[in-house]
Order: sequence, then structure tokens, then C-alpha cells
Amino acid sequence: MTGQKTVSVSAYGTAEGSLSALLLLADGRFPTGGHAHSGGFEPAAGVDGLNDVASLEAFLRGRLGTVGLVSAAFSAASCRIFGAEVVPVGDPDSDGSTAAQLALLDAEYEARTPSPVLRTASRRLGRSLLRAGRCVWPHPGLDRMVSLPGKGPHQPIAFGAVAAAAGQPPRHAALAAAHEAVAGPATAAIRLLGLDPFEVNAALARLAPAVADVAGQAAACAHAPPADLPANAGYLLDIFAELHATWEVRLFAS
Amino acid sequence: MEDSREGATTLRATPEHIHVDEEEPLSRHAHPRRGLRIGIGGPVGSGKTALVAALCRTLSSELELAVVTNDIYTTEDADFLLRNGVLPAERVTAVETGACPHTAIRDDISTNLEAIEELEDKLPPLDLILVESGGDNLTATFSRGLVHYQIFVIDVAGGDKVPRKGGPGVSTSDLLVINKTDLASRVGADLSVMNRDARAKRGDLPVLFTSLTEDPTARTVADWVRGRLAEHRD
Repeated sequence: MTGQKTVSVSAYGTAEGSLSALLLLADGRFPTGGHAHSGGFEPAAGVDGLNDVASLEAFLRGRLGTVGLVSAAFSAASCRIFGAEVVPVGDPDSDGSTAAQLALLDAEYEARTPSPVLRTASRRLGRSLLRAGRCVWPHPGLDRMVSLPGKGPHQPIAFGAVAAAAGQPPRHAALAAAHEAVAGPATAAIRLLGLDPFEVNAALARLAPAVADVAGQAAACAHAPPADLPANAGYLLDIFAELHATWEVRLFAS
Repeated sequence: MEDSREGATTLRATPEHIHVDEEEPLSRHAHPRRGLRIGIGGPVGSGKTALVAALCRTLSSELELAVVTNDIYTTEDADFLLRNGVLPAERVTAVETGACPHTAIRDDISTNLEAIEELEDKLPPLDLILVESGGDNLTATFSRGLVHYQIFVIDVAGGDKVPRKGGPGVSTSDLLVINKTDLASRVGADLSVMNRDARAKRGDLPVLFTSLTEDPTARTVADWVRGRLAEHRD
């Protein structure tokens, strides 16, 4: 992507500047294809009969502590690795060490995603994130990630990298990822079941301390070796995702 | 685990490929050669899928063609195209839109872009990609980041007041198609009123009246598409 301007991290040098970029990244309207995914809520609602705000809230709490924590931790780690490259703005990393570290992180995330359907969905979302990120916060490191061999990075790896390109520290990447882990499926539930949007947002507000707690745990392992990152799992999410892919009629891609 | 009856390709992992991740590496080209992309939108039941099928029938012998459908919740439209034999399965991709068909074609076009790029990667250089929106309302239009041109399809049976009501689809689409003219006398619709109102809303933008039951080749719309294709290639 020669000829594109690289936004200097110093553009986000102020606390407000950084927060404003974070708000943009964490906004459900940020165009990364997420609106077509329910985070497993559609199959959970169909199979387990979840149909009210209380059962949604329980689902979200379970999701947050399992795949939410994993996603936030991998986002923070990716942000930390990519951020090390961002700081000296320019075009470093001709030796590919960042790419190698991100590839390892990606493999570890793959190992924590047993469902082939969810692996595919995650890589598609990762590619969409890079597409948006390269346009919104241009950075040569994001361009390089697109050409990594494979099928595109997993969503949290891409999310951490885009967050770093947006000038965010790992703890912000973790917070935004933990928030999205519950906010995305909550929006899907509103559309799917016609739940009262005020009540659903009240549930999200009740979950805020738990989101902050998960984000804190995730950010604390940003420097940990990839193999030591959290591997919490919600097995039903994986099983439901496989079932959901066989449904004849569905509103959401996952 | 049962295979999809009709074999429509969906953008998510399909049941028959459930245990295989077959995705290809991303293209290294920042701006790969791109075919012409035309969006087809309009209210439910106006004949979008019938128009896509007609265009495929008429143009697939002269062009490399593929279709992305955005059904509300099934692969119904994609299956219709396959059932009618207008395109082979590998040229039709259905994407899910999370109950928001207008979001998928306007506010967050990521999923449709993914679908188009996957089609471009696996098929020979495509001349034309038709992106069919899920049936929506009069305000649903395509992002310019997704398509080069958009066709808005309304129908006579929806009432002859629709052109007067306007909205972005009626007023600003590159081509307005008013379908089901054969039903006008049965539903008490006045085509001259529709024509007058549509032209008042659209200025110089073209309007075509069609009856896809009487002309299943959609000759006039296909001619319009050929014209846009010629411009695109220049």
C-alpha cells in the first residue's frame, strides 16, 4: 500500500485522542462484519430455548468468562506484539520477527478454537477487521499481515493489531475485546428475539464490572508466552456452532 | 449431517465442508483486477431474484458472471437460481445478514466484500458480479464501496403510488425497474402515473418497465447492463 499515509501514533498522543480512537474501534457500528454474527446466541436460543433478558444475561456472563477472556487475552497479546513495531513509526520488521510472533499467537488461538465452523468465522472476521483497519488507521504492519501465508489472521489477532495501529495500549485492546464479547451477542438478541433494548442494555451495564475484571486479567497476560495464555472454553458454544451451520434457516452467520 | 439440498454455497462453512478449512491465502494485490459490480435492491416480492435469474440466463453465455445473494434468513434466493439452472453452484454465494439486510449492503459491507473477493479468487476473471439485496424497504440502497451501479426493482402490484413516495431507491438508483406490468390491469395500477411520478423523482436517470413473465430474458435491462459494462471496461 505504498502512497498511503501512515498515521503517526503521536496523533493519538493525548488521552482524549486515544480514547476517541478506542470508542471508534469498540463501536458496534465499526464496519467489520460483526453485525451478521450472534456470538453463538442464535443457536443457544434455538436449542436451549433462551428467550428473555435473564437467560441472555446468564449466557453473556458465561461467554465473557470463557471465549470472552480468551479473545481479550489474545487481543492484548497481539496488540503488545504489534505495538512494539508501531512505536518507531516507519517501516521496520524487515526481518519478520513480528510476523513470526503473530503467527505463533495465531496458532495458539487456533488450538483454543476446536470448532471448524468457528475457526472459519473467526478468520473471516479477522480479514474484515484488517480490511477496515488498513483503511481507517493505515500502517505497513497491517498490510504485511494481509500477506501472511494462511487464511487470514484469527479475529483477536487482527483486533489487537488494528488496536495497536490505532494507538491503543494492550489494556485498551483487552477492554474493547471483552466489551465486544458481550455487546455483540446482546445486539443480536435484540434483533433475534425482540427483547426490550433498554432492558438488554441494563443487563450490559450490570455486566460492566465483570467486563472490566476480564479485561484486567487479559491485559495482565499480554506479555505471557502464547502457550500460557488463557484457554477457558465453553464447549456448548463450539457444539452449537457446528449444529447451527447445518440449519436450513438462520439469521446470523454464527 | 445432511448436505444442503440445493447445494448453494454459503459464505460460512457449509455443512459438506464442515471439517475442512479450504480457504486460500489472501491475495497480495492491493487492487486486484475487478469486475463490474451491480447491486439489485428493492422491496420484498418485487422480482429481484427473477431479474437476477433473467440476467444470468441472458448474459452468462457472453460474460463471466457470479452472484451474491443476501437472503433474510435462508438460501432461498440462491437455491432459486440453482434450481432454475441459470448458474452453476460455484458461481452463487449466499451471505447471512444478521436480520439487517440494509446493514449488509450499506453500513457494513464487509461480509459482501468477503463474498465477492472469494468468488473473484476462485473463478476466472469475472466480468460481472450481481449483488442481490434481501428484500427491504424503499430507503435501502447500496454503498458505493460495494457496487459500481445499483438497480432498484419495484413492482406494479405494490401499488402505483410507490414512485410518488420516492425514497433513495426510487429517486437515486442508477436504474429503476418497474416490474410485473402484465398485472397492471388486474390490480388497477396506472402505468402512465407510475412513469410520470418516477420521471419526476429521477430527472434524467433511466426507468424501465418489465414483465419478467412475458420476457424472461429481461432484454432491456440486459442491454442497460451491457452499456455499463462497456463503460467500465474503458
